[in-house]
Amino acid sequence: MEKDKIDDLEMMDLPVEEESDLGFTEWRKDEKTLLNLGLPEEERDWFCDARPQVHKKSPKIIEDFLNWARAESLWILAFGTGCGAIELRPLLTARYDISRLGMAPRPTPRQANLFMIGGYVSIKTLKRIVRSYEQMQGPKFVVAVCSCAINGGMYWDSYNTVKRIDEFIPVDVYITGCMPRPEAVLAGFDRLKQLIRAGKAEGQNLYAQNFDYYKANQKRIIKDWNMPDYNW
Amino acid sequence: MSLAVKIFWAFVSMGVVTVWGLTLGGIIYKIFARVQGRLGPPVWQPFINILKNNAIRTGVSHGIMFYLGPVFRIAGGIGTYMFIPVLFGSMYFSNFSISGDVILVMYFIFFGQLGMALGAGEGGHPYSALAVSRGLAQMTAFEVPFALSVISLVIQYGSLNITEIVAAQQGSILNWTLFTNPLAVIAGMIAMLGMNMHNPFSIVIAPQEIPIGPPTEYHGSFLGLLATNRGVFNGAKLVLFMNLYFGGATNLIVLMIKTFAIYMFSVFVGASFPRFRTEDSIRFFLTFPTLIGIVSILVFSF
Repeated sequence: MEKDKIDDLEMMDLPVEEESDLGFTEWRKDEKTLLNLGLPEEERDWFCDARPQVHKKSPKIIEDFLNWARAESLWILAFGTGCGAIELRPLLTARYDISRLGMAPRPTPRQANLFMIGGYVSIKTLKRIVRSYEQMQGPKFVVAVCSCAINGGMYWDSYNTVKRIDEFIPVDVYITGCMPRPEAVLAGFDRLKQLIRAGKAEGQNLYAQNFDYYKANQKRIIKDWNMPDYNW
Repeated sequence: MSLAVKIFWAFVSMGVVTVWGLTLGGIIYKIFARVQGRLGPPVWQPFINILKNNAIRTGVSHGIMFYLGPVFRIAGGIGTYMFIPVLFGSMYFSNFSISGDVILVMYFIFFGQLGMALGAGEGGHPYSALAVSRGLAQMTAFEVPFALSVISLVIQYGSLNITEIVAAQQGSILNWTLFTNPLAVIAGMIAMLGMNMHNPFSIVIAPQEIPIGPPTEYHGSFLGLLATNRGVFNGAKLVLFMNLYFGGATNLIVLMIKTFAIYMFSVFVGASFPRFRTEDSIRFFLTFPTLIGIVSILVFSF
């Protein structure tokens, strides 16, 4: 399922709502520069105003080798938004032990390359998710754990949660369940490794390519936008 | 031997010691995991991590010092290494050992951390600054017993040259500093616990408290450079302690066995003890190890 999704997304440019509440054309100066209008005027100089760029891959043989290294050394930024976060603890301890797969938790987004969203995403949390995701350095991968991150789950008709995290940041692998067992999470990580090794986990490039789409969706939900338009 | 050949062999030996230092790191991860009842990562995991970090496509800069931090760090590592004779009696693995090199090496050990402090400070993350202040405070504290221990050795052997200190320990296992000057060895080995930053002196990187310490903002190839330095610097430190206290090594097999055993000392302590707070660790270093160091100097002065 993930394979088809990735293939499809690589092909198409996602549609952008031209007339969103804030009007997406207002927040960018031109193709490359962002205005950072959410910030007070005196703070705008402190932040970068460049858009993320699509990064070219290395020649195939080198890229395959690097992808192998990326798959064998996944550093997790665990974002415990909901109950799914509790599944990370058994994964780290003696019974399931993900360190034997070359995975380790990493407390800072700068050094992590796997973003693990553990459960429902409230509107307040979405802002932090976007900030953390954009601070990670690419290639970066996203795994969404639990039904709530996929379709809202038991919070389907809640006024305060977003249903599909996929509309705000590109997700590589979904792990279903309420909550998924650690075995299911391990299977999800295994699937992610396959995608990385096959060179199909290019979420970072997808985000840069469809930046307008993602940003418009984010701005539609996050009303108190008091951060740069792209958090380097 | 001409200077060019000497430089060539110095870098070859640095490659060997770096690979050994990183492998040792992998073995230590494995041992910690086994102590906790886990399988642990493969021993070559540090190499894959370095590869992955260098393959990161994007990077963020915070200014010139931010770039220079890891450069100073690895310069400190290489500088420490270059003046330590690795194998006693070997023409190729003796590096640039000169008279007075023990002073130079002591300086270089602390040079990297000072450079890193400047770089991490410019990263702007509050945890970096916090960790740097803790690191420098702890470093100043463990420097005291280490310096006293080295001074004691200098008085004992009447030389500031590491090669001569190693030469004086040859012949029998009973000629090692460990047996001829045990007090200095105790002070020096306790200082090494602080240097290696395992528990109980892991307050600087304090993984659960201030995320990762000074390198909080470092990513990609910066982090790759810092991780490579961990191999160089760990190797250099272990070789230095082997030379000063445990009779040096005449071939690579002996070197590997001795450095492994020396590292295992701090791993055993680390796996068994909880973490000191900064003020506790400073107070610790400035009491018993310092007193032991002073006594070891007094023993050889009179």
